[in-house]
Amino acid sequence: MNPFFDFLLAFIPRAVVQGTPLLYGSVGEILTEKSGNLNLGIPGIMYAGAISSVIGGFFYNQHIVETGGVMSPALAVLIPFLSCLAGSLLMGLLYCFLTVTLRANQNVTGLAMTTFGVGIGNFFGGSLIKLSGSDLPSISLAEISKYFHAPLPFAKDLGWFGELFFSYGFMVYLAIFVAIVASWVLKRTRAGLHLRSVGENPATADAAGISVTRYKYFATCIGSMIAGLGGMYYVLDYASGSWSNNAFGDRGWLAIALVIFAIWRPGLGIPASFLFGGLYILHMYIPTGTNLAVKEIYKMAPYVVTLVVLILTSLRNKRENQPPEHLGLPYFREER
Amino acid sequence: MSKHQPLLHITQRGAIKWYKALLIRVLAFAAALAVCGLLCAMVTWEGGSATAGMTLPERFVAFLRDLCNAIGRIAQVVFNASFKSDRVVWKTMHSTAILLLLSLAVTPAFRMRFWNIGAEGQALMGCLASATCMILLRGSGMPDWLTILVIFLASILAGMIWAVIPAVFKATTRTNETLFTLMMNYIATQLVAFFCVVWENPKGSGQIGVINQSGEFKHFGWLPSISEIFPGVAPSFKGNNYLLNIVIVAVVCVILFFYLSRSKHGFELSVVGRSENTARYLGVKVRWITIRTMMLSGALCGLAGMLLTAGNDHTLNPTLVGGRGFTAVMVSWLAGFNPFVMVFMSFLLSFLSNGASDLATNFGLNASYSDILTGIIIFFIIGSEFFIRYRVHTRSSAESGQEVV
Amino acid sequence: MSETIPAVSLRGITKTFGPVKANDHVDLDVYRGEILALLGENGSGKTTLMNMLSGIYFPDEGTIAIDGRPVVIDSPHTAMQLGIGMIHQHFKLVDVFTAAENVALGMPGKLDLKETARRIREICAQYGFDVDPNQKVYEMSVSEKQTVEIVKVLYRGADILILDEPTAVLTPQEAQKLFNVLHAMRCDGKAIVIITHKMHEVLAISDRVAVLRKGSYVGETRTSQTSVSDMTTRMVGHSVKLDIERKKPKNPEPRIEVSHLSVRSAEGVLKLNDVSFTANSGEILGIAGIAGSGQKELLEAIAGLQRVESGSITYCSPSGAREELIGKSPLEISRLGVGLSFVPEDRLGMGLVGSMSVTDNMMLRTYRSGHTAFTRRRQPRDIAKHVVDDLQVATPSLRTQVQQLSGGNVQKVLVGREITSAPTVLLTAYAVRGLDINSSYVIYDLLNRQKESGVAVIYVGEDLDVLIQLADRILVLCGGEVSGIVKGTKAKKKELGLMMTHVGGERI
Repeated sequence: MNPFFDFLLAFIPRAVVQGTPLLYGSVGEILTEKSGNLNLGIPGIMYAGAISSVIGGFFYNQHIVETGGVMSPALAVLIPFLSCLAGSLLMGLLYCFLTVTLRANQNVTGLAMTTFGVGIGNFFGGSLIKLSGSDLPSISLAEISKYFHAPLPFAKDLGWFGELFFSYGFMVYLAIFVAIVASWVLKRTRAGLHLRSVGENPATADAAGISVTRYKYFATCIGSMIAGLGGMYYVLDYASGSWSNNAFGDRGWLAIALVIFAIWRPGLGIPASFLFGGLYILHMYIPTGTNLAVKEIYKMAPYVVTLVVLILTSLRNKRENQPPEHLGLPYFREER
Repeated sequence: MSKHQPLLHITQRGAIKWYKALLIRVLAFAAALAVCGLLCAMVTWEGGSATAGMTLPERFVAFLRDLCNAIGRIAQVVFNASFKSDRVVWKTMHSTAILLLLSLAVTPAFRMRFWNIGAEGQALMGCLASATCMILLRGSGMPDWLTILVIFLASILAGMIWAVIPAVFKATTRTNETLFTLMMNYIATQLVAFFCVVWENPKGSGQIGVINQSGEFKHFGWLPSISEIFPGVAPSFKGNNYLLNIVIVAVVCVILFFYLSRSKHGFELSVVGRSENTARYLGVKVRWITIRTMMLSGALCGLAGMLLTAGNDHTLNPTLVGGRGFTAVMVSWLAGFNPFVMVFMSFLLSFLSNGASDLATNFGLNASYSDILTGIIIFFIIGSEFFIRYRVHTRSSAESGQEVV
Repeated sequence: MSETIPAVSLRGITKTFGPVKANDHVDLDVYRGEILALLGENGSGKTTLMNMLSGIYFPDEGTIAIDGRPVVIDSPHTAMQLGIGMIHQHFKLVDVFTAAENVALGMPGKLDLKETARRIREICAQYGFDVDPNQKVYEMSVSEKQTVEIVKVLYRGADILILDEPTAVLTPQEAQKLFNVLHAMRCDGKAIVIITHKMHEVLAISDRVAVLRKGSYVGETRTSQTSVSDMTTRMVGHSVKLDIERKKPKNPEPRIEVSHLSVRSAEGVLKLNDVSFTANSGEILGIAGIAGSGQKELLEAIAGLQRVESGSITYCSPSGAREELIGKSPLEISRLGVGLSFVPEDRLGMGLVGSMSVTDNMMLRTYRSGHTAFTRRRQPRDIAKHVVDDLQVATPSLRTQVQQLSGGNVQKVLVGREITSAPTVLLTAYAVRGLDINSSYVIYDLLNRQKESGVAVIYVGEDLDVLIQLADRILVLCGGEVSGIVKGTKAKKKELGLMMTHVGGERI
């Protein structure tokens, strides 16, 4: 096989695993933005989702160690999964309560959510590290991570093909599935139609008898839970179950950028997030010789590409590609 | 007929008396502190003093005593964190000043309803410009005053450019400014990261370290301290890097207050923010005002960058602004875009974050604890705005006389 | 037809908004298989009445019966279930959705856009509409959007249709098409109400006409048994003596000369067609016309806010210099001394900033004065004090936000501000809209004082009685054309009414 093919074989799987947290984050944010809520708290919510799953996993792990029992695969997956959903749901509810019920400014609330969520993540992360008495500044949930990390059983038998398509943990496939479902819901179902109308023109939706508040709550909370899963994927699969503070980095913001890049379409989000994943690690694969500085310029790529897309969509002015018209604005019926 | 009326009916308030608004805010803040206090007491709890032989009321009293002790301990730590020594007080004042300057910077844009959340990147560009001048101009034989002037202009220009790009796109193609400025932050971060490697010192560290710390170009391009500028007047502030920055920010704060509330520009930009139609009717050039205001916003961010790099830290790294650009957005909004209230808000947030980080070290927690507390306090204050702007009616007699059958 | 039970029967409907009685004990019947024209001037309460039928407002008093059964209509949803559908003047459509998606919005059940599209085509075939279910709304013309609204209502099974001034946004050809559709629906046994103030529409389409005046029900007749002049009399009522003192203009000389002015709206509809007139100093030029006849465009064109297609507007300054206004910015025009006090439908939209104080709103005009970078506070505060005292503006203080004042006081602030900038030309529209009698007289008095001091006043008004007694000359607009210019002293109300509905005032 030629070296370029080898390179692709090494590069693509890494781009996919890098892109998966972004895919979760951006699909969650797309659903949220479709309801007219610009949730800048997504980075915080992803942290909160991640740490919730770690907490769940950590205590299950402790329990197994203390009782000397055998880890049940189902519980090892379910406990972190459900705690992640619960944690990110709480964050979503908090955001909705402030912006929808109390009509607070979405930007300010979102930024505060991010500060808060990252704080929660690092604080509990730090506390757990202390609790585990580890020398390293991280928690390792390697046992649990095994179940998240396990590739599809037939991947090995298929050579490079298996390597490329079946070598990932189940959450990668779940992410793609969620994106497709989200895309289907938005395009094909009545709930999706109503949700889009709420984000575009809440007054019209209201007049048609659609509960603007309920849709905003549901979309934002479900979106938060999906985004939270991205945080969990990062820790329990990508990072092999080891949590260290701030390791997740700025991926949450990248997920928000991805929403623009995917022009608010979850389906388009799938290739886009893998592309972003690739861009994110591109610098490691570009031969720069001794000039390390250039790598930093390559790291700019996802953001620059996003900006270009943002400008192009506003220049082309094609209505389907614009942000939801009422994005970022609170809705108050009597203000009409 | 009751089904025709929702359980709670919300209407927009007209005027609210200033003391009522203040009362609501103070209550919200008190509630936030109470929650934070309890949270702190919980995590720093050192066990109850209740013993087995106590009756229930006695246990309760003991518990209350423990709680008060715990909160007292916490309060002491938090207070000391910002006031325990002269140096700490200066540091607190300085971090307040930097946060304040960034908050002031985003305010003109916000008054125009332009959601600039790119202060982080704009300030970072200011840092980059300062560092660039400090590194490239050394050895040029430039006199100090000229160097400082060049650094000043370069930083301001860099911040301005970073702010004007989104403004131009907003004004011409109505590109969403929130998302645009957000992306600009990360491009700035990477740009700084790039130059950090280019100018790394020592080689291979990937960091810049303190620029012009010693040797031939010792302190080249560093802002002087007050005692160097006025040797006769302020000898006691020798070596105090903070005071000059604080003075500059204070001056900017006063000027900006008058700019926003008393100048023609300030008036124009708030008209544009409140009613674009009326602005056009009066012949105000909306696009130009958008760009001009963002130029100001960016220039102030650039200035903040200069104060950080040339004034205090004398270094450059991608986390130099450290999220303060985002915190500034919250400060500005919480202060109702009033520069003087911002002084208080930025002090409050600096004070809390100092306190929380000391709490964390004293009680073996971690530093992120302060983010949680900041979050909680902001949530309460944001939430309280609702009760200032809206009035909640409960379902009551309002329905009588509407029966039609 | 009168033997049958009415589809809709309103009895004693009353609705008040604050001090204003929008509807006062209105009785109205609508039958199936007929088109009822609801006729009345602006502000006569037509839309309010129909909004109560469609569930947007709730009546204070009175009963509604559908097919003889008393009902309570508490939401648009209930109205829909009762088969009532209203097509509002401002469409409620999501722009980025297709026609089919808009029609499906808010309906229960599984989403099947193909089925929706099929049913839409069915409805279209039945009534001769032309709608592509898969076309996006933002790509549609105004009349297509209106068709979507009608289809939406029919799709929901409405057999009582209310159309609020449906032809206001249509070209004559499109209007004719709409009428054909309405006829088809009438033959299908639907009850149709069309809100209008255009006489020729009433004659062209309706079977019966009901007239409202100032919130009260004036009466109804079969269209075939009435005439334009009869309807006009009912609509405008009899002349009332108001006792506004009108002095003879003192040496009038031309200030604004408008010649062959044509203006097209953004949608391409001709709003002003070859308008020519002269406004003189020291006199009040009244402009009469049914709402939407081009008054707004005329004033905006003079003030530099409207793109002009052709023609010229010349300003003759007291010193004798002549300046072309077209092509000048609003700022340059107001510096020449042309003051515009335009009270738009949503009073605060243009001219005032609702969230600013009375003083700051005064400053909107004066803030550029002075050579420093700073605004002068004293001057606007003095003006505000002056306006508040002079016009008896009811405000708690000068720092009160304008949006917290009542409508009349907002108007006084706006008119007062424009006057204090000492204009040589004062443009004002609907200056007394929504004001009580006393406040109205304050404004009339103010305009008269301006006139006496030599200002050329252009006054767009709704109330013909006022126009006749206040204005020295009255220019009547009809569909964007000058229908005629009449001397105030010689004007007759009925004559004006006819001129408003037909160019030149002849019978149709």
